[in-house]
Amino acid sequence: MHVLVCGGTGCQASASAQIIENFQRILAEKGLQDEVQVVRTGCFGFCEKGPIVKIMPDNTFYTQVKPEDVEKIINEHIIKGRKVTDLLYLDPENKEHVSDSKHMGFYRKQLRIALRNCGFINPENIDECISRGGYEALGKCLTEMTPQQVIDEVTKSGLRGRGGAGFPTGVKWGLCAKNKCDEMYVICNADEGDPGAFMDRSIMEGDPHSIVEAMAICGYAIGASHGLVYIRAEYPLAIHRLQIAIAQAREYGLLGDDILGSGFNFDIELRYGAGAFVCGEETALIHSMEGKRGEPTLKPPFPAVSGYMAKPSNVNNVETFANVPIIITKGADWFASIGSEKSKGTKVFALAGQINNVGLIEVPMGTTLRDIIYEIGGGIKGGRQFKAVQTGGPSGGCLTEKHLDTAIDYESLAAAGSMMGSGGMVVMDETSCMPAIAKFYLEFTCEESCGKCSPCRIGNKRMLEILTKITRGEGTMDDLQELRNLAAVIKDTALCGLGQTSPNPVLSTLDNFWDEYVEHVVDKKCRAGVCKKLMSYEIDKEKCIGCGKCAKNCPGDAISKTDYIAPGHKLPSMVIDSTKCIKCGACIAGCKFGAISVK
Amino acid sequence: MINVTIDNKQIQVPEGTTILKAARMAGIHIPTLCYFELAGMKFENKPGGCRVCVVEVVKDFNGRPRRNLAPACATDCVEGMEVLTHSARVINARRTVVELILSDHPTDCLTCAKSGNCELQSLAQYLGIRDIPFKGEQSHYRQDMSPSIVRDMDKCVMCRRCENMCNNVQTVGALSAINRGFSAVVAPAFEQDLVDSPCVMCGQCVQVCPVGALTEVDDTRNVMAAINNPKKTVIVNTAPATRVALGEEFGMPAGTIVTGQMTAALRRLGFDYVFDTDFAADLTIMEEGTELLGRIKRYMEGDKSVRLPILTSCCPGWVNFFEHNFPDMLDVPSTAKSPMQMFGAVAKNYWAEKMGIKREDLVVVSIMPCLAKKYESKRKEFYKDGNPDIDYVLTTRELARLIKQFNLNLKDMPSEDYDDPLGESTGAAVIFGATGGVIEAATRTAYEVFTGKPLPKIDFTELRGIEGIRDAWVDFDGTPIHIGIAHGLSNARKLLERVREGKEQFHAIEVMACPGGCVGGAGQPYHHGNSEIIKKRTEAIYREDAGKPIRKSHENPSIKKIYEEYFGEPCGHKSHELLHTHYFDKSEHVEISED
Repeated sequence: MHVLVCGGTGCQASASAQIIENFQRILAEKGLQDEVQVVRTGCFGFCEKGPIVKIMPDNTFYTQVKPEDVEKIINEHIIKGRKVTDLLYLDPENKEHVSDSKHMGFYRKQLRIALRNCGFINPENIDECISRGGYEALGKCLTEMTPQQVIDEVTKSGLRGRGGAGFPTGVKWGLCAKNKCDEMYVICNADEGDPGAFMDRSIMEGDPHSIVEAMAICGYAIGASHGLVYIRAEYPLAIHRLQIAIAQAREYGLLGDDILGSGFNFDIELRYGAGAFVCGEETALIHSMEGKRGEPTLKPPFPAVSGYMAKPSNVNNVETFANVPIIITKGADWFASIGSEKSKGTKVFALAGQINNVGLIEVPMGTTLRDIIYEIGGGIKGGRQFKAVQTGGPSGGCLTEKHLDTAIDYESLAAAGSMMGSGGMVVMDETSCMPAIAKFYLEFTCEESCGKCSPCRIGNKRMLEILTKITRGEGTMDDLQELRNLAAVIKDTALCGLGQTSPNPVLSTLDNFWDEYVEHVVDKKCRAGVCKKLMSYEIDKEKCIGCGKCAKNCPGDAISKTDYIAPGHKLPSMVIDSTKCIKCGACIAGCKFGAISVK
Repeated sequence: MINVTIDNKQIQVPEGTTILKAARMAGIHIPTLCYFELAGMKFENKPGGCRVCVVEVVKDFNGRPRRNLAPACATDCVEGMEVLTHSARVINARRTVVELILSDHPTDCLTCAKSGNCELQSLAQYLGIRDIPFKGEQSHYRQDMSPSIVRDMDKCVMCRRCENMCNNVQTVGALSAINRGFSAVVAPAFEQDLVDSPCVMCGQCVQVCPVGALTEVDDTRNVMAAINNPKKTVIVNTAPATRVALGEEFGMPAGTIVTGQMTAALRRLGFDYVFDTDFAADLTIMEEGTELLGRIKRYMEGDKSVRLPILTSCCPGWVNFFEHNFPDMLDVPSTAKSPMQMFGAVAKNYWAEKMGIKREDLVVVSIMPCLAKKYESKRKEFYKDGNPDIDYVLTTRELARLIKQFNLNLKDMPSEDYDDPLGESTGAAVIFGATGGVIEAATRTAYEVFTGKPLPKIDFTELRGIEGIRDAWVDFDGTPIHIGIAHGLSNARKLLERVREGKEQFHAIEVMACPGGCVGGAGQPYHHGNSEIIKKRTEAIYREDAGKPIRKSHENPSIKKIYEEYFGEPCGHKSHELLHTHYFDKSEHVEISED
């Protein structure tokens, strides 16, 4: 019997380490340590309901397990064979408990290819990985395929870069392989930087061997014997598990000299990034690894010609690599049968925002936004109204109700005014203010711009200043015009992908939520009630009984007594001095009579 | 050759030609800002950062229009490409980009040192910008002033020319981009002051800065105050390279020789005596040449302790550079002071005594093509009792400004001679202004002293040229002497490293910090990337030499006289006291305070 406990960063933060410890201790107390194996796995994806504990072989999926629940699971489930019902997932629709994850709305429409091993294996144990087919693809490449055949297979599969741009991976490998020289590099871009995104982190934490294997395959295909992983130093667990995976692979002769007796040499080194978003751009990433300032340079020359240390280099994202081994073992045709016409396979998304099931999901390309939000995501939190979904992180755009039936692939998302990006997906409801959302993303881009080109360095700053004016109620219609022109020029002139896409949140919200901008500018209103400067707090003098609690709560001394006593009340009502009000809401929170409202 | 169409003009260009260069070949102007080329010096700056030169590629390599605008400076032409350099889309983008740059730039053109020479100002005029639509925060940085250079980074446009110059052409490594986003700016590491950085004050960053972010320290007010003070005797000396460049500031073609007019103008400004640094250059040859021959003689006699090659020490940027980067070789360079510092020492001792002027009442001003000279004059070893040998250094540009303030036009000036005795010089001295000149001058004298025979030919053309590193064997009547020459500090570094590693042996090496030598100095009129200008100035230097009646330093009558009257012999006791110096280890690492 196996007990799988999620050891991803999210569940670890909710005491999953303690859960594992409790399992081990109590099982030992009961003398069951040899019967039941406790495995710390990577992320299961259903972070909303974490920590997750899964009992195998009967596939029981326990959610929101607390360390003190462990004893009960052992006594009831493991010893007596009875499922602990109150720890099972409760289907929000039919209110029934579901024990097998296959039958949960969250998992039903998912297809796990890149995440195939996440949640199934102990990522720190190479044997578990091998038992699920790990390194089979590398073996196949080295013994049965020529490098060109490997490149052809990847090309045929239709796999495209999962970092966001969607460049065909096989073609990229082919371009690099053409520049044969004695020193070439395979680089894994693990500089995941979109706010709220954790796809790559989860893969590295849950299945690090898939990356090690894929990089070796790539090395074989293009003729490189050096692998470099550029990884954020803020990902300690991913770093730790990659280090273990690399060490184990070396021990097993799957890295190093003469791998599997094929004469092929390949090894991997980790390089740490300091968390600059722009270093996800491949030329900036390479400069950062070289010890230079992390800023992009113009392409051409492409890294395939002159990359790390001016040597031909192939840069792929973590998720892209994670797809490679299974393409080799199951074949390009199998992979190409999944997904849409131009976008093959699946895509991992970090689903976040005002949605019931927050977590990590993987769906076939071509799945609609509606399916993701309502089926997998379980709809909007608190039964509120859907307003927008933001894909592609700070480089993407906000899509609306009318885009919900858009099939997710590189082309359709771009046509709708957003982009695939690396896989961030943030769902927003009516409590989100769109100009404020645009401002939020722009704050991020301004912070993360390297400052090399003028449109990004100064242009984004000016857009942010205009948006700040708008959210403060100081904007004009001319500002909206200027904002649109500026966004278009920045998109047209910025040096790298960061700058060229940074206006997307602004442009897409201007296109899809023009009325909301006009309301901020002309009516000085924020319908979502987010922009504080546009709100005013008022006391209904007829409802106010004059208890004075609001005045006591007010940190700004903005509330005082009036001369007016409403009919039926004994004390004079209170009034808010709007010039002093800081819009903190403390008065409303304290008023039991519903006399205070926000306008 | 590939075919491209730019603004409906079909042209053929070699493969690897950028759109910008192709357009220039076709006579089409594409405005630029960060782009900078100094063709003769193999220096090209094209970070693609400013985005002013963007153009519309209506037909790209795949036959389709390019999605976004392309930077013309850094995009190569491809077969069949069609480009529009001034479409409505381009003009709107270009204008917006320049408006953005202006929105983060102080608009203090009235008092800016660069006004009239500012590339951003010209660009704003070219684009007809009358209003800056974007109002917002402006960058503010601490002003930094070294003895040579003023850094006002509020004006920096992040063109990165200075950084490229400092790191790649000069390998000094004082400047680089720091911070990110709107706060990104070029600065020394940890935002240190320049004086605390490895900066050697060569000022080439100032020479290439398109705006007023990097400028020279202005000493014109101090000089005018001294001239206005009746108690002071104010004398001036003019460096070789100034006389072939000053004319440019008055609309004369590059390479015009204005020695006589400059002398006349300096008298009109109120200087009491107008002398020539060239006199001191002849003196330098006597000292440095003697030192060189001494070392060679000792070496040939089997003295293993002697350090060869001897390195020239006239260039203060170069002196700073080896103090920072080659502290293990401080005993290799010649101990001879630079001509300017020799002039100061002679003026404030020999001449002041002779004239009966008290040291503190004598003000010595130098007109230099150089910014490092401003720093050199402030080195403490060149002070005596708190009084410097050289009081103020003005650049060629500063002198031009003063002349204009006096409502004088150099073109209308008569040609006048320098005053005696510190004004008499030879052709050997004037060539100090160009790369290879110092060593040629030294060779002319050393040959005759060493062999005791007159030179068979006076022009050592094998030592001239524009290659960054050159070497030549000179036959000293049977003794072959190996001479190396480098200009631009990256070349100097390469040559010195070869020597340090023992890969190559030389008897003497001449180094000048600035590309082209002093003619390309940072205090010269801005060349704006036109290396033809530097070439013309160099040619003028050699023309001036050829026209001189005396062309060997040791034949200068005033030099002979000063040794008879005062110094005795070259490298003698008195000259060691006044004409030689020593060097300091400045390699210490950057220290960052704990807090």
